[in-house]
Amino acid sequence: MSEYIDQNRDSVSVGVVKKKVFTFAAPPDEMMLESGAKLGPITIAYETYGKLNADKSNVILVAHALTGDAHVAGYYSEDDTKPGWWDIMVGPGKGIDTDKYFIICSNILGSCMGTTGPSSINPDTGKPYGLKFPVVTIGDMVNVQKALVDHLGIEKILSVIGGSVGGMQVLEWCIRYPDMVVSGIPLATTMRHSALAIAFNEVARQSIVADPNWNNGDYYSGEKPALGLSVARMIGHITYLSDESMRMKFGRRLQDKEVFSFNFDADFQVESYLRHQGAKFVERFDANSFLYITKAADYFDLQQQYGGTSVAAFSKTKAKFLVASFTSDWLYPTYQSKKMVKAMKKNGLDVSFCEIDAEWGHDAFLLPSERLTKLQKGFLERVYNER
Amino acid sequence: MNAENTNVRYDFRLIASWIEPGSKVLGLGCGDGELLYYLKKEKQVKETGVEIDEAKVAQCIEKGLSVLQGDINEEVEDYPDDSFDYVVLSQTLQQVFGPSGLIKAMLRIGKKSVVSFPNFSHWKIRRQLLLTGHAPVTKQLPYQWHDTPNIRVITLSDFRAFSKETGFKIIREAAIKTNNQEKEGRIVTFLSDLRATYGIFLIGK
Repeated sequence: MSEYIDQNRDSVSVGVVKKKVFTFAAPPDEMMLESGAKLGPITIAYETYGKLNADKSNVILVAHALTGDAHVAGYYSEDDTKPGWWDIMVGPGKGIDTDKYFIICSNILGSCMGTTGPSSINPDTGKPYGLKFPVVTIGDMVNVQKALVDHLGIEKILSVIGGSVGGMQVLEWCIRYPDMVVSGIPLATTMRHSALAIAFNEVARQSIVADPNWNNGDYYSGEKPALGLSVARMIGHITYLSDESMRMKFGRRLQDKEVFSFNFDADFQVESYLRHQGAKFVERFDANSFLYITKAADYFDLQQQYGGTSVAAFSKTKAKFLVASFTSDWLYPTYQSKKMVKAMKKNGLDVSFCEIDAEWGHDAFLLPSERLTKLQKGFLERVYNER
Repeated sequence: MNAENTNVRYDFRLIASWIEPGSKVLGLGCGDGELLYYLKKEKQVKETGVEIDEAKVAQCIEKGLSVLQGDINEEVEDYPDDSFDYVVLSQTLQQVFGPSGLIKAMLRIGKKSVVSFPNFSHWKIRRQLLLTGHAPVTKQLPYQWHDTPNIRVITLSDFRAFSKETGFKIIREAAIKTNNQEKEGRIVTFLSDLRATYGIFLIGK
């Protein structure tokens, strides 16, 4: 979830890619959302990598996490130095091999990276939606992706892959479109958002709402609620790390000083890191989008939505699963993945599961991991061969 | 049995010869997946494995097997009745804390089960204990008493008696003598209790 982890330009890369858009659901054919509200037109930003094979059987859909975007791999130009957010995993010969598969990644509904969200123009007023944007769910995000996939003329998806909020989309896909999805790889995720996860999201949202510049979501013509959003991001970052990773990464080390300042400047490296992450985030992300997407994650509860039990929730899906959790992830701890695996097993589904030993907390799914790379590669090869 | 696969353990090849092609197989304590991989390749089985060690689970998934990480005693509980044609417990029984509970669960979720284990009544084991007075250490059971994962010692006769007490059927059994790092072997019938390094049993309800 710390999308855009700093990395060097990789010599092995899918190369220069282009962001595309698709617009649909123009009035009067608006899309019906789970809340009952209607939304349209909807624009979805997406990128594709690799080549679609003749029988269109090599399609992989990558679902991004909370604050990610459609730019999963490659660069926007020859001198672009910043690759896509999962360039370590998606590319020629990589875990998700662009030489073999046709990969689609799109920006989620409610976001601010090209897909319609609260910062988009409301056709009724000619101004940004702000809080007039309807509350969306993970299911709504998946339905928008489905419209894109239909538009691209694709009938079968070999695998839907994603971590965290992306993993929630994976599960929704497999449940909503059982005849379309051959397999799913939900990483570092959950079937239902826990009280702990909701609590962190709520503190982050309150920090935005308490910023006077937020102005009930109507700030697009003035000052942004930058302070509120940066504190929200700082809270998020704590949940993406772990006690162990913070000890290793920062310990009690001081930032650019030998002794305490005896004031409230950032003395410790961890303080300085969080402030830096907060400030960086404000430049690229919209505060209202943060509110909407965290709310969608909080509402996520497959059990409640599909039949009352986790076993009932997976009763319709036919997908094969590779579930992976990380030992130090305290946002979506392993027990939550194991519950998911249990429900899949009780339905007789084909499920592989691995708890990857990693000290980097929730963020581990985005960091270089030979283990995760090989797991995905092996699993994808199998489901491709058995399709 | 396929003579070309002599790099595969003899006991694995023997187990494979008992498995119907295309059947559903659950491997408990499947390790790095060598047996499941062999069954998938030679017998086109639909495989599932359970293994507790992360690195071994990863090796299995990397080679294209459907395997999940977990404790076999807990994981067997989730499967519906008769989910598998065969549940295989290969070289693991001697490490199981509650063997009768596990075997009952195996026969609930599988139509048949295969159980194999090192034979503790082999003459070399008997000789070691008799002559040296030390707990036996052999090729099949290579650990010292204080670092062994094997918490049970089982003989072929013990397992037959166990089947009567626990109430399961032995459908087929093979006492095998292996050598050359278990790659080669043969079935022994004469003085098998003394000469067999392993016992392999096909059991049913």
